[in-house]
Formats: sequence, structure tokens, C-alpha cells
Amino acid sequence: MIPAAFDYHRPGTLDEALKLLTSHGDQAKVLSGGMSLLPMLKLRLASFAHLVDIGRVPGLDFIKEEGGSLRIGAMTRQSTLERSDLIRTKYPILADAVPLIADPLVRNRGTVGGNVANGDPGNDQPAIMIALGATFVAKGPKGERSVPANQFYKGLYETALARNEILTEVRIPVPPARSGGAYAKLKRKTGDFAVAAAAVQLTLDAKGAVERAGIALTNAGLTPLNAADAAKHLVGKMPDEKTIVEAAKMAAAKSTPSADVRGSVEYKKEMARVLTTRALRKAVQRAGGK
Amino acid sequence: MAKHKISVTINGAVREAEVESRLLLVHLIREDFRMTGTHIGCDTSHCGACTVVLDGNPVKSCTVLAVQADGAKITTVEGLEQGGKLHPVQEGFTEKHGLQCGFCTPGMLMTTSALLERNKNPSEQEIREAIAGNLCRCTGYVNIVKAVQYAAEKMR
Repeated sequence: MIPAAFDYHRPGTLDEALKLLTSHGDQAKVLSGGMSLLPMLKLRLASFAHLVDIGRVPGLDFIKEEGGSLRIGAMTRQSTLERSDLIRTKYPILADAVPLIADPLVRNRGTVGGNVANGDPGNDQPAIMIALGATFVAKGPKGERSVPANQFYKGLYETALARNEILTEVRIPVPPARSGGAYAKLKRKTGDFAVAAAAVQLTLDAKGAVERAGIALTNAGLTPLNAADAAKHLVGKMPDEKTIVEAAKMAAAKSTPSADVRGSVEYKKEMARVLTTRALRKAVQRAGGK
Repeated sequence: MAKHKISVTINGAVREAEVESRLLLVHLIREDFRMTGTHIGCDTSHCGACTVVLDGNPVKSCTVLAVQADGAKITTVEGLEQGGKLHPVQEGFTEKHGLQCGFCTPGMLMTTSALLERNKNPSEQEIREAIAGNLCRCTGYVNIVKAVQYAAEKMR
């Protein structure tokens, strides 16, 4: 399949990329790894007159802890994240998730920025970033701004990004001591999107009670689902089995999946509950709780 | 729609082409360069038959624009054999019967040769994970795993 014709632009700097986006308006789309965009263009589910490839814009490919944040550049490939010792040792929620994204060949091209900026509720990293309390940094013609991940998703493929803004990096607060995270995903096969998946990030206090909790679900509606009620239910409580089960029920109750080849609404909601339970248990265990 | 002049190093040789923006890398390789070892299977970035090694990483060439590969080093299945001698993975697939119909084989060879560049001694699990994006409908993967293990042994 061949995409409809378009003009390809390869800006050498971010400013140049922003100028192209501004001058072409709705007709332009940012090309990052292309693992979602190119299939959509090939299937003619979308078409743009201009693609602005940020693949060679310098300074967008990094993973580093700095100033209390884990900073991940938008052009960081999923395979780079997968091989990062820092991620493996300190960010288990990401280490859980990355090997479950698409397949290894797709992860060699797909980027973190693309995964979060695309606005597809089936993508895994939006829910993870919400659970982690991450912030997205976007650059536009007027400069830089930050948008919390939990305020970024507006609808199906609709985000807080303006047409002439580029998501440049993700900033994740470095988890304090006694923190743990987990991502639990059910999928039918490699390369498929989630039937349901749950992202959990917790911090416990010195007594073992939950101090902070983030819970978000993938493919549970038109946008990644921030299960704030369920997270709030945990705070101040000992994360025992009863509390975990209650919180998972609350999260799943908020989900609004649609029926498709992956299952009925009832099945998906039940799986959301099961996976949230599993992710909570694992996160508690990783945080050093019981 | 402007065309783009690109240059790639494919299997060690520098090749130039003038391409439309929308030309996919797999079509550049098969139709412009007339190297038909790289196959088109699903054409939707699932099956991996079109896998080539792009700057060291195996990728699905049906989901990369030719113009994105400008300046890159590409290896296709035609580039595995060196001086008339099969690459160890090619030998492995022959010795261990790692194929039946052969359609997925070029992609499998590219993914697994790249794996062995990165990991000289992969476990069975690591081999299976590495080929998770390459579908084979004939073998059940058992002999493919054996073929890669054979190649790994041979390369050590």
C-alpha cells in the first residue's frame, strides 16, 4: 500500500521544524518514528500534505536524571529505553512495559515522544506517564511550556498540543525511597494493542501506608484513563489485599472500553479490574510493602 | 511534489536514487535497486518479511520511507553472504531446516544476524523474543531457534 502523496521535510533544527509546522498549519504532521503514522498513511486512514521529520533534529534523544527528574527526549527509541540500565534498575513500570510494546523491530523505530503524543488510547506510555505524574514539555513558536500528562489527552487522537507545537521531552519525577511501580498488560499476541492494561506507581510512608498513588489504564476509553478516585482511595491506607481489591474495582468501574475483536465491554472491564489488581500488588511489593 | 535525491550504502555499495516522498524503503530496495530478496508480506508492519538492517538495527522496511534512509547503511539478505561464503545464520537455516516455504526467511535472517551482532550467546528465550516481530507460518519456530543456536555456536 502506498500513502497518498505528500511533501517530506527534514528540518535540521527544532526552530526550523516549528517554522514548517506554522507555515503549513493543518496540512502538516510531525513524523517521529513513524510506527503509527506511516501505517495510517498507508491504509489511507489519514493524509497530510506535509510531513515534518524530526528524526535528525539534534538534542531530542536522551535519557538522564537531572534536577529531580528523569528526562526522556522525544526521539528516544523504545529499544534504547529497553536497553537502558537506569530504566531497568530504577523505573520498573517502564521496564515492564517497553518489551510489551509492539515487537522488537517496531521498537527499533518507535519513539517515546510518538507513543505519548499520538493520542491513541491503545498506546501504553500515556497511562504510564499519568501514573508516574509525568509532565510533557512542548515547544512552539512562542517558546516552551509544560503540560501535566493527566491534562494532556483531550479525546481520540486529540491532545493539548497545538498544531505548531512539538513535544520535545517527557519529565518524570524521580521516585523517592519506598516507591514502586508496575505495568500489567493483557494482549492476544505480540504486536497487538492491549485488551486491557494498568499502570501503577506508588510511594509508601515509613509505616508502610500509601503516601502517593497513581493509577491509569490503557485502552479503557477514548483517552488513557486516569483512575484518580482509585488512587485517592489508597492514600493514607495500608496497601493490604482488601484495599487493593477495592481500588482495582474503583478503577475498572471508571473504564469505558468499546467492544471489538479483543472482547466485549464486560470482559474488558473485568480484565481492567484483574490487571489493576495485579499491577497494584506488584507495585506494593516493589515499594517494599507487603 | 518535489523529488528527493538520496544516497544510501546498501550491502557495502553506495547507491543513489531520486525518490518521491512517499516511496517506501522496501520499494526502493526491490524496484529501484532490483534486489528482490527482501519480501513484502503483510505490508502492514506485522509480519517482518521485509526486515532489513538499517544502521545496525533490524527494521520493517515497509514502514520506513526511502527518504528517511538517506545517508544510512542498509544490509539486505543479499549482503549476508561474503565472498561466496554463507553467513552462519544462512548456514544454520540450511543445516537445521529453519524454513519450509521460505517466504519469511530473508526477514528472519536479517533479524537474527543483527541479534548475533549484539548478543553472541543468546538464550532460547532471547532468540524467541528477538524474532517476535517475524512471523513464520510453516515451521512453528522450533527449527528457526535451532538454526540461530547453530549460528551462534559457529560464530563464537
